[in-house]
Amino acid sequence: MIIGLAHYLSVAAILFTIGVLGIFVNRKNVIIILMSIELILLAVNINLVSFSVYLHQVTGQIYAMFVLTVAAAEAAVGLAILVTYFRNRGDIAVDGVNVMKG
Amino acid sequence: MALQAIAFYILAAATLGSGLLVISARNPVHSVLFLIAAFFSAAGLFVLLGAEFLAMILVVVYVGAVAVLFLFVVMMLDIDFSALRAGFSRYLPVGAVVATILVVEMVAVSVGVAQRGAAAGAVPLAPTSVTNAEAIGRVLYTDYVYFFQAAGMILLVAMIGAIVLTLRHRAGVRRQNILDQTARTPAAGMRIVQIKSGEGLNP
Repeated sequence: MIIGLAHYLSVAAILFTIGVLGIFVNRKNVIIILMSIELILLAVNINLVSFSVYLHQVTGQIYAMFVLTVAAAEAAVGLAILVTYFRNRGDIAVDGVNVMKG
Repeated sequence: MALQAIAFYILAAATLGSGLLVISARNPVHSVLFLIAAFFSAAGLFVLLGAEFLAMILVVVYVGAVAVLFLFVVMMLDIDFSALRAGFSRYLPVGAVVATILVVEMVAVSVGVAQRGAAAGAVPLAPTSVTNAEAIGRVLYTDYVYFFQAAGMILLVAMIGAIVLTLRHRAGVRRQNILDQTARTPAAGMRIVQIKSGEGLNP
């Protein structure tokens, strides 16, 4: 059986859904939510790379690299906010985040 | 071709299984470790597609930097994680319904695009004399050089932002002041006293 574009796109779609489901079921745990976002971005990258390979355009891989950059920056800033939030409140339950409103 | 199919199914199953365990593991440290496994398997899928450079970048950036950062934060924060799992079973049914709808729709669209879209019937890029890294570099440093610079700026801003957010000066903590130390002279550091015999020193 030949592995085609549809296979890779299906893997990406399922991985994306797993990420969304992770945000759904771990509504209180910010760390798991951040990891779910990483999974979603990984699914996007699989999509970009498989289209890039099957359309014979290297641009998709460059775009995937930029997505990777932004994902790394997002993880760093998100975890920094998490550490600051933990210092102020003593836990990381998202329910109390509305104390940050002005 | 059969070998490629076997490799694809193993790597895809590993990626999706690790992904499921990331969101369902009880211990967040295990979640991070499964995240690393998911990234490794996805890197294997990239190699299978012929995007070796991106696969290596994925391993270096994600496993080497992001996942270790996650691990560091999970271990540094002293949190009762069992309390954070309280809503897990409550949100699972509706989440599963939404996820099922989403996955059916997205797989249907994916298969449709793969069969009728612009890439229908296309074969993957055959290996040429130009390596993957060289092909990326030729386009990245010419057509997309400004975007490349902008990506560097984003990383710089993220670095400064993370430092500003987490740096704190606590009162009452003694810090080393190198300038004060090196500016210290014998005149400031000691005094010479003549002590008369039999009297001792009265400080």
